[in-house]
Amino acid sequence: MAKVTITVNGVKHTKQVEDRTLLANFLRDELGLTGTHIGCDTSQCGCCTVHVNGRAVKSCTMVAAQADGTQVTTIEGMAKKGKLHPIQQAFSECHGLQCGFCTPGMIMATAGLLKDNPNPTEDEIYKGLEGNLCRCTGYINIVKAVKASAKALRRK
Amino acid sequence: MYALNYVRPKSVKEAADFLATHPEAKLISGGMTLIPTLKQRLAKPTHLVDIAHLAELGKIEVKAGKLIIGAGARHHVVATSAVVKKAIPALAALAHEIGDPQVRNQGTLGGSVANNDPAADYPAAVLGLGATVVTNKRSIAAEDYFQGLFTTALEEGEIVLRVEFPLPKRAAYSKFHHPASGYAMAGVFLAQTAEGVRVAVTGAGPGVFRWKEAETALGKSLKPAALEGVKLDSSNFNDDMHADRAYRANLVRVMAKRALAKLSGKK
Repeated sequence: MAKVTITVNGVKHTKQVEDRTLLANFLRDELGLTGTHIGCDTSQCGCCTVHVNGRAVKSCTMVAAQADGTQVTTIEGMAKKGKLHPIQQAFSECHGLQCGFCTPGMIMATAGLLKDNPNPTEDEIYKGLEGNLCRCTGYINIVKAVKASAKALRRK
Repeated sequence: MYALNYVRPKSVKEAADFLATHPEAKLISGGMTLIPTLKQRLAKPTHLVDIAHLAELGKIEVKAGKLIIGAGARHHVVATSAVVKKAIPALAALAHEIGDPQVRNQGTLGGSVANNDPAADYPAAVLGLGATVVTNKRSIAAEDYFQGLFTTALEEGEIVLRVEFPLPKRAAYSKFHHPASGYAMAGVFLAQTAEGVRVAVTGAGPGVFRWKEAETALGKSLKPAALEGVKLDSSNFNDDMHADRAYRANLVRVMAKRALAKLSGKK
């Protein structure tokens, strides 16, 4: 068993978990943060994207122990005081989702992309979301939502 | 994955000592290949020895005509490092082409080089630039280091510390991405060095290799036309549902031409 301490969305959690526990399972099963989805469990789809020390990673492809001592942000940490994060707002307004399963990962990946590149071109958006799949193929509106997010964040 | 134990040594020395006493333990850095491998139960290490956190593996610097990158440098860091961009821009560009953003935020140079996936990008740069892989035991020239499909000169318990890249005059990398995985269906790293032109090919064969005939041809003329008709032995090329042998052979030539165009500053 591994003693793992991770600060998730600003709150420090210490848990005893099996060493092989994936970060995605730690978040979902130990902390009840089920906004982080496990889509493919093979590092393809990006539904499980969270930020570890400010960088987007696939939480199904690291064990929780690797994240010991880090700061993690999940989709639950995006909205503040009941107000949607500008990226969430943009996905809502642009209808950047169909079934919604990939959305948490898309939003976390978008946050990562816009941190590195606040004003991406359409090509850069496609490349920036390369690690995320939408099985409904709703990419047109997702890209629209990313553009609207970028605009909203630049205004802030 | 099978049950295992996770350990986080405080130094390379500690990691090496641990590996020496635990023969079934495995090093983990970014884990971008290892974790999926474990999830498929294709490996059953007793321990994961995490060396990603070691500061001694994270350095990036230029010293004595060489760009030195620590094994723990993540792809994203290499892709955006001002030092790398200035010293060998083609290497920064290559790092930016690996996998997807999430993979680049986790995966490391050392992990890629130690794993030696036949379709990985870094091996092309390491061989193309004639780099040296430095471990906790010795220095290994790229030519001796890469030994085909997932095979390297690394011995049991040997740890990659850094890779030393001699600075080329110019270099360029061109890659045809597998549309789903992002791995190279064919990738060509081309370097113009003081000793001549070097051409390293990844993705096409069972491991990274130098296309010597192209090096000779480009040594005479650095023009795309020089590559027309140059012999390329594709007898051991990968032949699968994604691309057959002839298609991959053609891709290698096309990627070499594209790398050449980049080298001359043409898009």
